[in-house]
Amino acid sequence: MNKVVLTAESMTKKFPGVIALNEVSFEIRAGEVHALMGENGAGKSTLMKVLSGIYNPDGGAIYYQGERVTFASPKEARDRGILLVHQELSLSPELTAAENIYLGAWPTNRFGVLQKRKMNEQAKAALDSLGCDFGPEVRVGSLSIAKQQMVEIARTLAFNATVVIFDEPTGTLTVTEKNQLFQVIRSLRERGVAIVYISHKMDEIFEITDRITVLRDGEVQGTVDTQDSSIGEITKKMIGRDLDQYFHRAQSTVGREVLKVSQLKKAGLFEDISFSVRAGEVVGIYGLIGAGRSEVAETLFGARQRSAGVVIFEGEEVAFSSPREAIEKGMALVPEDRKAQGLILGLGGRHNTTLPHLNRFSKLGIPNVKQELAVFNEYKEKLEIKTTGPEQLVGDLSGGNQQKFVLAKWLCADPKLIILDEPTRGIDVGSKSAIHQYIAELAERGLAVIVISSEMPEVIGVSHRILTMASGRLVGEFSGAEMTEQNLITAVSVLPKAS
Amino acid sequence: MNKGISVAGNDASQKQLGVSASDSNLHRTLHFLAENYIWIFLLLCITTFSFASPYFLTINNLGNVLTQGSFIGLLAVGMTLVMINGEIDLSVGAILALACALAIGLQESIGVWPAILVALLSGALLGFVNGALVALSGMHSFIVTLGGLIGIRGIVFIYTGEQALMVEDFSYTEYAEIYLGPVSITALIFFGFAALFQWLLSSTKHGREAYAIGDNIKSAHEAGIQVKRHKIINFVLCGLLAAMAGVLLSMRMGTAEPNAGKIWELWTIIAIVLGGTRLTGGFGSMWKTVGGVLTLAVLLNGLRLLNTPNYIELVVMGSVLILALVLDKLLASGNSN
Repeated sequence: MNKVVLTAESMTKKFPGVIALNEVSFEIRAGEVHALMGENGAGKSTLMKVLSGIYNPDGGAIYYQGERVTFASPKEARDRGILLVHQELSLSPELTAAENIYLGAWPTNRFGVLQKRKMNEQAKAALDSLGCDFGPEVRVGSLSIAKQQMVEIARTLAFNATVVIFDEPTGTLTVTEKNQLFQVIRSLRERGVAIVYISHKMDEIFEITDRITVLRDGEVQGTVDTQDSSIGEITKKMIGRDLDQYFHRAQSTVGREVLKVSQLKKAGLFEDISFSVRAGEVVGIYGLIGAGRSEVAETLFGARQRSAGVVIFEGEEVAFSSPREAIEKGMALVPEDRKAQGLILGLGGRHNTTLPHLNRFSKLGIPNVKQELAVFNEYKEKLEIKTTGPEQLVGDLSGGNQQKFVLAKWLCADPKLIILDEPTRGIDVGSKSAIHQYIAELAERGLAVIVISSEMPEVIGVSHRILTMASGRLVGEFSGAEMTEQNLITAVSVLPKAS
Repeated sequence: MNKGISVAGNDASQKQLGVSASDSNLHRTLHFLAENYIWIFLLLCITTFSFASPYFLTINNLGNVLTQGSFIGLLAVGMTLVMINGEIDLSVGAILALACALAIGLQESIGVWPAILVALLSGALLGFVNGALVALSGMHSFIVTLGGLIGIRGIVFIYTGEQALMVEDFSYTEYAEIYLGPVSITALIFFGFAALFQWLLSSTKHGREAYAIGDNIKSAHEAGIQVKRHKIINFVLCGLLAAMAGVLLSMRMGTAEPNAGKIWELWTIIAIVLGGTRLTGGFGSMWKTVGGVLTLAVLLNGLRLLNTPNYIELVVMGSVLILALVLDKLLASGNSN
């Protein structure tokens, strides 16, 4: 067995209100590919950022080749040979490949003049050994994502890395590009480099890795040898918690078809999306971040224009060219990022509630404040919003109460279909519960509801039916007893066949 | 051993490259022209004015254009550095006025060269204050240097007592009359600095770091680049060049107007952006800036030779700027596709 290169002992990292890592211990050996798995928010990226010097840990120790070390900056970690290949590539597009490879460590003479030839020669050696078909002087912005990733990997060669951390490296790669990447990873392994591989994709993990460590809620759930393990075992370790008790599934009778989508496609984002939603029904869409869920919702709502496909809404074929049209026809979308898209933080609750429907409350363009206040008070009571009054700025409210205003804003338009994108992300348990209950009430009142969520317990708890999405495609549909965490995670973890 | 990892998919991608080689040559040429559109535009302006006015295409007039453009040009050289960093310096016009006033006002008491030195140092010092405030406080440079624009102009008024200062010994103005052929010393200094700073940008560590910081400040910081120190240095250089422009202006005019260089910071920004350097940082060059400065100077000169009323001139300049921005936006989105 190879020797241990890097050890993290009882690493702890706290963020305001969250313990991202709780006494995590973890070791990486030379010449192994070590997978780090866990759900969104399990602490994988935090752990890697601590190990590569981006975050300072609040507790615990790092041992590098048996010696205790602390990294005050990514540069210090890099000088020791620990490099991170970022999920979102961290390159400067206007600089050349060679300049990016040696960023922060450019060779210069004693007057600060770059020794370009020397740098380019060394960079070329690194790029060539990766089998790259571009030279060191190419502008990085002109390269494809896969090639940019090769530049980042060349950086690890240039700095003689002993530990390389890949954070979700295949997220944007095609199958061929992925195979090339795996070949590079294998060759690194043969050279004795220790590799940490973070991914959600089970098939990749079982193809490339030697050992797997699973994290959940900031704690290690165990480390296993890949060949002795199974997708089932890993999944169980990743989930392993009781279903929350807060969920209310709507007790409604399902009525007519409100929305029917067939073969919806947006080039480059998603394709072949077909499903329907009925009145009184809550349909969940589960998938990992980047699967294309929000993009489907935005396309239905007219915020993006589709490339192909048919949408029938309320028995009528529609092609909304703007959200305004969708709102007028009775569709509502509560967006994922409420601060950026849903609310105007510098206005009060009254204004935010009535904003998209001011026409209804206005005569000759002047809003009727009395009617506005009535609506405000109605939703304040219904959703139990804690606010001092109609003029209190929503920016001063808690996340949960803000989210309730987002809901209020769309509900007072009296929609037929409401799409909720991550309705409870980042809000406290009490507010979550209120929102879940209200989702059920909406369905019971006869609305068609679509809930997009990355939280499995939530999507299982509130939905009648769940569609799973991965890599821009629908990869499964579950209802009733089939709606288990095991089924969902299996569905989204297996890469759909490339077409 | 290295060859061992050459990847299977390589053959296919190389073939693809072969097919599109002639295509990509054409594409590269087009790309080059698109990136350097300012020089084409400059040629177009020169041609148009040459036909429109008999006085335009004369050695004398072209020499004048160069000299007139050089003051904005020196401001623009410094500001281009700052802008590639993703920052802006609105105080250059006021720094120019202060340096101009100091160079003339101090001559009598401490002599010509010491006065010039003090003027230049004042620019460097104010640049340092700007840079330190931006880098250390985290305030946006737009706000910091807007304060500088107003405050420094105030100092100029206090120092000059709201009067234009006159040079006592008129031999001072003879420095400005040194010519190499039709090209004045002012223009030579501008071109000299533009070339020097282009070399700095393309060939030194500091220069390449400027792009890295403007492009992706997070990755620059994570790679161990000293972002704060770097930005301060660029603000100092920008202030120093503005002061240099002020000293040259004082030599040319023989007087220091308290209102000298007013709104020149705006013309400077216009020249740079016209050249193709991006306000958002990470992209640009001194050549682009020189192109922008000359285009602006030619436009102004040509319109005046045609006796265009001042307000028409403003409309034309405004439209040209918007046109340049639209063009840049289109080119940028074309590139990313």
